[in-house]
Amino acid sequence: MTAYLSDVAALARKDLLVELRSRDTVPAMLLFVVGALVVFHFALAEDSSRLASAGMLWIALLFTAQLALVRAFVAERDEAVIDGLLLAPCDRSAIWLGKAISVAAFLALAEAVALPAFALFYEPVTWELIAGVALANIGIAAVGTLLGAMAAAAHTRELLLPLLFLPLAIPLVVGGVGATLAEDPSRYLAFLGLYDLIFAILSWASFEYVVTE
Amino acid sequence: MSTSLRNNGAVLLSLLAAALLVAGFALAFFWAPEAQDDPAFRIFYLHVPVALTAYACFGWGGWKALRLLWTRDERYDLESYVAIHMGVIFGLLALVTGSVWARYTWGVWWTWDERQLVLFLVLFLFYSAYFMLRFSTPAGPRRARTSAVYALFGVALIPVSFLAIRLAERYIHPVVLTRDPKIENEMLASFGVCLAGMLTLAGALYLVELAGKRADARLSELRELVA
Repeated sequence: MTAYLSDVAALARKDLLVELRSRDTVPAMLLFVVGALVVFHFALAEDSSRLASAGMLWIALLFTAQLALVRAFVAERDEAVIDGLLLAPCDRSAIWLGKAISVAAFLALAEAVALPAFALFYEPVTWELIAGVALANIGIAAVGTLLGAMAAAAHTRELLLPLLFLPLAIPLVVGGVGATLAEDPSRYLAFLGLYDLIFAILSWASFEYVVTE
Repeated sequence: MSTSLRNNGAVLLSLLAAALLVAGFALAFFWAPEAQDDPAFRIFYLHVPVALTAYACFGWGGWKALRLLWTRDERYDLESYVAIHMGVIFGLLALVTGSVWARYTWGVWWTWDERQLVLFLVLFLFYSAYFMLRFSTPAGPRRARTSAVYALFGVALIPVSFLAIRLAERYIHPVVLTRDPKIENEMLASFGVCLAGMLTLAGALYLVELAGKRADARLSELRELVA
């Protein structure tokens, strides 16, 4: 168990270190999410309600997440890092977990910018919204990492990933928007937790099948 | 592998499906009583069996996908794919018939209030992505396993999406429309025959398509041998 966790920690640390040195993905995500929030101001009609702006926030977060997911397996594929990882004497699911943790960390950074910007431009940020974003983060990272590995094997990868991801992201949007707007956000937060649980287990169990030749 | 292209099981099933469907629709139109408040109610006998058959196909595809991951036997890949292919065809039919039903009952071609219809739209998007995944990945054991994993995600997505759609109604529309026509025994019996017919039809189509795909694979093997 400790060996597994230290494998996961080493893999996540590798991804964070690569990002720290190359600074490819996170700055792009930050710029994109702020840009999307600005564009939405012009897309919404003058007297749109707070309901509409909450929906827009979730769309911005979802699309920003796609940037991280598309980039997640670039080094693995282009530099053949994945072959090395598969040869390493560690459980294959540890590769998934390490990658999912690094993706979740990138998303958290983007959200640390997006939520204050949302509060500044549109509506105050509530605790329920923060809880919803944190839970949705787990689900996006869990499912997205697996789908990213699937798409990396296809020749239309950057095109394919959003197509694979969007139908699976609909429940996350429902949970997130519900947690932001509904009178009883606990139901929606519980739903997000359930989604995380189901799809994290599925992704953890099936990652090996997706990456091995 | 048999070289014969005769497919007796499929022929038998097709005949059975034709008989059951004719009988089912005859019962539905001439024997089952009319629903009081819904003139378009008879499409129920087409729409609901088609929808349930689509679920059955997706479930069958998921089961074959699980078998593939479990046994690593390549033949389950084609079986899972063909089952999902049938599921998408029946799912599209369910969308179309549901839309027609909505048109004659509520006067609109699309309504977000009808959960099953919205769910089919989500599933249609999901399984269309399944085809994109298959067609853009090089054929081989890895594609087989990747498709199988995605098919299994679909089986998990059906209940999760259903729950999500129910939850979404509460913040989009606080008042939920209910439409619960009284189901009588004659209706239930006719419906059962229609459902059995539709499931048999899906089974027959599945066998025919599977035989076709297998013949195709065999043909390209032979071509390679000749060349």
